[in-house]
Amino acid sequence: MAKAPALPTGFELPLEPRIPRIGSVDQVAVEERAATLARRSIKREAKLFALDLAVRMIDLTTLEGQDTPGKIAALASKAIRPDPSDPGIPSVAALCVYPNLVPAALDKVKGSSVKVASVATAFPSGQSPTHIKVAEVRDVVEMGADEVDMVIDRGAFLSGRYAKVYDEIVQVKEASGKAHLKVILEVGELGTYDNVRRASLLAMAAGADFIKTSTGKLPAAATLPVTLVMLEAIRDVYQETGRKVGMKPAGGIRQAKQAVQYLVQLYETLGAEWLTPDLYRIGASTLLNDVLMQIRKEKTGSYQSPDYFTID
Amino acid sequence: MTRLPVKKTYKLFLGGEFPRSESGRTYEAQGQNVARASRKDVRDAVRAARGAFPKWSGTTAYNRGQVLYRIAEMMEARAAEFAGLSSGRTEVEEAIDRWVWYAGWADKYAQVLGSSNPVAVPYFNFTIPEPTGVVGVLAPPTPALGGIVSRLAPVIVGGNTAVVLASEPEPLASIELAEAIATADVPGGVVNILTGQRSELAPWLAGHMDVNALDLSGGDGDLPELERLAAENVKRVVRGRSDRQSPYEIAAFQELKTVWHPIGV
Amino acid sequence: MTDLERRQDRSPVPSGWDYAPAPEARDIVALEERYGLYIGGDLVEPRSGQYFPTLDPSREEPLAEVAQAGKEDVDLAVRAARDAFENGWSDISPAERAKYLFRIARILQERSREFAVLESLNGGKPIRESRDVDLPLSAAHFFYYAGWADKLEYAFPNRRPKPIGVAGQIIPWNFPLLMLAWKVAPALAAGNTVVLKPAETTPLSALLFADVLRQAELPPGVVNIITGDGRTGAELVKNEGVDKIAFTGSTEVGKAIQRELAGTGKKLTLELGGKAANIIFDDAALDQAVEGIVNGIYFNQGHVCCAGSRLLVQESIYEPVIEKLKQRLRTLRVGDPLDKNTDVGAINSREQLDKIKELVASGEEEGAEIYQPPCRLPEKGYWFVPTVFTNVAQSYRIAQEEIFGPVLSVLTFRTPDEAVEKANNTPYGLSAGVWTEKGSRILSIAQRLRAGVIWANTYNRFDPTSPFGGYKESGFGREGGLHGLEPYLGFDDSETGGG
Repeated sequence: MAKAPALPTGFELPLEPRIPRIGSVDQVAVEERAATLARRSIKREAKLFALDLAVRMIDLTTLEGQDTPGKIAALASKAIRPDPSDPGIPSVAALCVYPNLVPAALDKVKGSSVKVASVATAFPSGQSPTHIKVAEVRDVVEMGADEVDMVIDRGAFLSGRYAKVYDEIVQVKEASGKAHLKVILEVGELGTYDNVRRASLLAMAAGADFIKTSTGKLPAAATLPVTLVMLEAIRDVYQETGRKVGMKPAGGIRQAKQAVQYLVQLYETLGAEWLTPDLYRIGASTLLNDVLMQIRKEKTGSYQSPDYFTID
Repeated sequence: MTRLPVKKTYKLFLGGEFPRSESGRTYEAQGQNVARASRKDVRDAVRAARGAFPKWSGTTAYNRGQVLYRIAEMMEARAAEFAGLSSGRTEVEEAIDRWVWYAGWADKYAQVLGSSNPVAVPYFNFTIPEPTGVVGVLAPPTPALGGIVSRLAPVIVGGNTAVVLASEPEPLASIELAEAIATADVPGGVVNILTGQRSELAPWLAGHMDVNALDLSGGDGDLPELERLAAENVKRVVRGRSDRQSPYEIAAFQELKTVWHPIGV
Repeated sequence: MTDLERRQDRSPVPSGWDYAPAPEARDIVALEERYGLYIGGDLVEPRSGQYFPTLDPSREEPLAEVAQAGKEDVDLAVRAARDAFENGWSDISPAERAKYLFRIARILQERSREFAVLESLNGGKPIRESRDVDLPLSAAHFFYYAGWADKLEYAFPNRRPKPIGVAGQIIPWNFPLLMLAWKVAPALAAGNTVVLKPAETTPLSALLFADVLRQAELPPGVVNIITGDGRTGAELVKNEGVDKIAFTGSTEVGKAIQRELAGTGKKLTLELGGKAANIIFDDAALDQAVEGIVNGIYFNQGHVCCAGSRLLVQESIYEPVIEKLKQRLRTLRVGDPLDKNTDVGAINSREQLDKIKELVASGEEEGAEIYQPPCRLPEKGYWFVPTVFTNVAQSYRIAQEEIFGPVLSVLTFRTPDEAVEKANNTPYGLSAGVWTEKGSRILSIAQRLRAGVIWANTYNRFDPTSPFGGYKESGFGREGGLHGLEPYLGFDDSETGGG
């Protein structure tokens, strides 16, 4: 790109010239649209299709101070065979853990299709020096993590230092190498849908393979409207550049019914091409069992009890 | 030997000017030759009123109030002439006071007639009165001055422009009023006053597709026919009263506009 | 292998996702074979002796037979209303009158599922809309006006309101029950009695409403419902016992009614056609604006008098808006009105379908470019694919005439002045939309648009507290809100004002 003449602050050229405008989001309208889509009635084979897909899209997550190799082992076996009594149930997409648990996770999922994702960059606050965050990413990639879930520097974003946020993502992307980079916006701290859209475009411009709503450490996590705003940003980037970026809502998705709503929204916003774990993940822990219960209910016709599904 | 007075030529009031009828016709009323307007004068008057509408309706309420008050001032200065052309001093004083009363309404009726509406969804919603546009007014045949003032004031205070058919038997007070209005900061075209035969002119006004409302309060003759003609472009037909003043007379020439906007961050 | 196992084997990217049919149960509605006229609290056989079938437009199948009220029937209904007005209803204390309306509101809420299904069956509109829009709003209208019944003297400062008498009300087929609510609720709150004529093609929800009145124990004759075609409406307009006419429908018929009533002194309100502009500025929140465009014109198959049927897009964002719009159109689900996932239902009648087709053909002939998403329509029934016309000139018929169908005409503009000029360049003036993130621009454009309802950064929102009605040839009088009471009241103003 040719060097442009200097402009006053606020007049910088777009980071990615083919994204012509950041634009804005109308809160009421986007919430109404999300609510309308959530009222779709998905039944029988269409529901089974969605539930099966949901399982394959789950990033089964544990991010606790009390995580141990034992806990990871249990979770890994759940990830590989979510319902031992039903071999028709696919494996989940990935295990999502803290850096220290990456080796244990890798060991347990070996030979399966389940990937290992590690959070990094001073998760969940992101309030550490950039070089430390980058070093952490190098470490988890070296350990063999398939995917890196980073957090953006919300302090920098909210004080208007977008370049800092952007540069950091670029550096992390570089440090991630072949590992897939998911960029967590922590939407619960951004305050407005306008900010969510701006952060989404910023993250994608800086090289994110996925954009992700939340760390799961805040009460305000993924919601249907905030996810819709991010999907629309993904759609704009695809329209302008042909690049497909993935989406991961995380936190707060606990019921199968919600998972179906998220998938309806995905399907009607980005189309069938995005209905794959390569481009959509659901970050969750308790969701899996509810999905399994619903699948069995659809297959047997009887309502189910949690007593028949393992807790790991 | 007494001096021979200079007599006035009674002409139309159209677009802020005082032309003769394009037809060159006059008729005799109250002992004077008065211009007898034609359908083409009606057409020209509507055109002048339409042209004046954007600016007058966009004038601030405060300003419109002052302009109306100025009409009262100008009438006061001509009170003696008006008294000679109407039933007398009392009618003139009431007419002047009516202008003052309506002048005071200019920046108040929107608060009385409008509303903010507590809708059951996250939107801010309000309703405001707006002038309907060009209003055709059949001034009451009598009282010569009080009639036209009572019907004209609520029309123009609300930002409308008017084409008035003056009292046919007693048109002189209307022309005198036009002269007061012409010197009262009322922009040209806001008020247009035509004298002549109402049975000839009224159907053209009622059927005119660029007139938005028709005030038949002072109407005479075949009113049902005028109403039928008014339906051609869904005119608002007003049957108000000439013997009183009321903000609801202003309301009769107002549209209501409701605006919605989401409340979000 | 189970289905699930097979699915695991195939490509992770499915070609699509077919939502299984999700039909709302139809059996909640029990239809009679034949309906009489609701006069004086009873369903009675028409003196005319004539009946005609009413259809399910999505299947072209008859649902029931309804009566064709003739002059004698109209007379009877008006007399029943007059009798109820003079002998009882106008003497009931306003607070008690209010309670009848509250009852009606509650019963509508309780039976909303039944009404929603019937509304979709008889009208062709998606159940999603009758369930989420028509029914809640209908009940809300009764609830809102109920509270006014004993507070009328607070609504009009320094006036003394009183009921008019018998209100004749003629309503359209696009929102049969909601239009009934818009008309009946304020009329009763103001103390009048009613003769209501539902639209020829959609009489059934009004006839079911008669059963609501029975449950509410409304005194006989306070509301009378007479079915029939345009001839019945004409008889009602002409009837000398009617004190007020309220009409919602086409501008053509509205003008005829205004002519008919000339010289009678009867009160009249008209809510007529529209050709609303929906103006999108280049700084608008685009995805939401596109939703607003879709909601503006495809809501209720475009059978909406205030539909945003003329899209005015600022040229600098023309391409992304049209691209997004086309993409969105491809996700619209057209089909069975009773399927809970249907976005666009059936066209209300053969007659209306022919009119839409005729205007669309004229658009193509005049040189506009047509876009219709790929769409499988049912073989039977009246259907029309959601349509967008681009390259439309202001002079084309599709930019001037009300189509009353799912057909959008797209025009462009360069400056705000041009947008306003084009938006106002029509004999209609019912509604308009404006989309921009700039607050001062919203207020300026909203002020300059000559229309009764302005939706800024939204479209097609309705609420009982919000007055609705048109400028110019879109009619006069308002429905909804405090202002919606005025058409149903007379005023004893002799003491008002000075001099």
